[in-house]
Amino acid sequence: MTKLLKSRELLLSGIIALMIAGFATRAEGFAEPGNLVNIFNDTSILIILALAQMTVILTKSIDLSVAANLAFTGMAVAMTNAAFPDLPLVLLILMALGIGAALGAINGFLVWILQIPPIVVTLGTLTIYRGMAFVLSGGGWVNAHQMTPTFLNVPRTVFLGLPILSWVAIAVVLGMGFLLTRTPFGRSAYASGGNPTAAVYAGIDIGRTRFFAFVLSGAMAGLCSYLWVSRYAVAYVDIAAGFELDSVAACVIGGISIAGGIGSVAGAVLGSLFLGVIKNALPVIGISPFAQMAISGVVIILAVVFNARAEAKKGRIILRDRAATEVTA
Amino acid sequence: MSDVNTNATRRVIPDRLGTPVSRIFSSWEVLLFGVAVLIFIANSLASPYFLDAWNLSDATFNFTEKAMIAFAMALLIIAGEIDLSVAAIIALASTAMGAAAQAGVDTPGLVAIGIGVGLACGAFNGTLVSVLKLPSIVVTIGTMSLFRGISYLVLGDKAYGSYPESFAYFGQGYLFWVFSFEFGLFLLCAAIFAVLLHATNFGRQVYVIGNNDFAARFSGVPVERVKFILFLLTGLMSGIAAVCLTSRLGSTRPSIAQGWELEVVTMVVLGGVSILGGAGTIAGVVIAAFVMGLVTFGLGLLNVPGIVMSIFVGLLLIVTIALPILARRIKQASKS
Repeated sequence: MTKLLKSRELLLSGIIALMIAGFATRAEGFAEPGNLVNIFNDTSILIILALAQMTVILTKSIDLSVAANLAFTGMAVAMTNAAFPDLPLVLLILMALGIGAALGAINGFLVWILQIPPIVVTLGTLTIYRGMAFVLSGGGWVNAHQMTPTFLNVPRTVFLGLPILSWVAIAVVLGMGFLLTRTPFGRSAYASGGNPTAAVYAGIDIGRTRFFAFVLSGAMAGLCSYLWVSRYAVAYVDIAAGFELDSVAACVIGGISIAGGIGSVAGAVLGSLFLGVIKNALPVIGISPFAQMAISGVVIILAVVFNARAEAKKGRIILRDRAATEVTA
Repeated sequence: MSDVNTNATRRVIPDRLGTPVSRIFSSWEVLLFGVAVLIFIANSLASPYFLDAWNLSDATFNFTEKAMIAFAMALLIIAGEIDLSVAAIIALASTAMGAAAQAGVDTPGLVAIGIGVGLACGAFNGTLVSVLKLPSIVVTIGTMSLFRGISYLVLGDKAYGSYPESFAYFGQGYLFWVFSFEFGLFLLCAAIFAVLLHATNFGRQVYVIGNNDFAARFSGVPVERVKFILFLLTGLMSGIAAVCLTSRLGSTRPSIAQGWELEVVTMVVLGGVSILGGAGTIAGVVIAAFVMGLVTFGLGLLNVPGIVMSIFVGLLLIVTIALPILARRIKQASKS
């Protein structure tokens, strides 16, 4: 199985490398280190959100509210920064993490205590959180000139050749890698998605694991909200609209099974980079940016088909398949 | 998604159901009807403009198109699947109609194109789910992106607006007095879907699949075929809704019907259909359509902006699902 996973990630890396090489033949300089750093920096936020989404998906749930959470928290942080320019940045980032985690905890609470299906909960909170962003801002914008220079500049500051934004993403990748493979929480997340019944017998509290996955996802969305607002230097109600689907897409492309329990940090990162490379390549090779949505759709569908094949090969549901063919025969 | 609910207690099927009277009063549909009446009264107290035949007729446009899709979606959810691409199908169908109208196609042709695109999209979803056996939630997230993506690809930031005059009837015409064509179509669809779900073999098969997909196979139910037909039906209804909506707005943008998939699912769940599949009625969905229409229209009369209304819709969705769960918990706690 590790072989299969390894080969899958190798395959994806190969495809990404091929894509970069292909685009480089059409647009000179696409494969140059400077541009690749740009692409990585551009994809950083998606990588962080995809890892958060992955943790939730591993536990057999889904979090569709991440983008709305990002919009609300981003608005709150930007408005606080505009209103109290003297507040230190660390406090604002802690605030973003806190608000994000609190919104995630609401999702987690509804899933854990009331046992409402995650998709319903987060479909509901998706509209609620974005609506709250509107109520908070009154539909207004927070523009660059209202934000303090420190607030705007920190993620852009270049450190050892990479902007801080990229370093944050790298730190999150390493942190998540450790959390998911080296801690009890990570093992519980895999177990409660892979085989919930067995997980319960093994003494794992599935509800609590899901709750913490949602809190983590919310906190990451909060972190991303600051990164997003400072990177694009603007906060308004519709920021990151539809980004929840990108995070799910990155996971699906990276081989994380939507049925839970299967997936790796490397997969989610590669899935995000895959989307990031396409996004950055389209304008360079002269394809309308409006094509991006359709391309993402095709890629998601192909990835799902591919995933299903890879999972079927392992023969996990031999009995059911045979029963089904016998019935139809 | 969470079809395996390990913490839930096993559902107990009693030997006898309760007395007919207590059953009627505790049924979801009756409770929801009560809520609808309350909202109606609250609305007429809150705004002097509410109780007006024409205003109420206008209010129906808030839900008729979504409700038409919700009927098909209800069947799909009862069978344990979901289609998140419905709004994107509307966008694609509307774009196709807009392109055809610009090329000079007349009303009958436009309707055929709208419905045809809906059916084609439904067939595409159905093939992926029932032939390739993929999970419908991811598939339709993908096709949602694909269908709306094609609209964006075709239209970009432009819009189609040159529809023939006779095309306006579907969204703006009236059968008689204040009864709009759309409202009539909504009632007709409700009747057809009620018969289909509650009085045909096909309807029984939908319930069986939702309750126990595995047992359904062993009972000779053509599970994959039924699912395919359900996706086809959802595509068809989305196509019809696209015709009505395009005709009502008289223009097409790629962002048309954005976020409707959520409202349609909310309507279905609010109507008492179990998101886990296996239970629900069309009557419930009809009442839920009225409830949501009344809420949004009432808030609109009070000058509440659309995005704030969506908070209410989201809350409505979560609260209506949470309440029965809480009620059941309290009942169980008092028993033991």
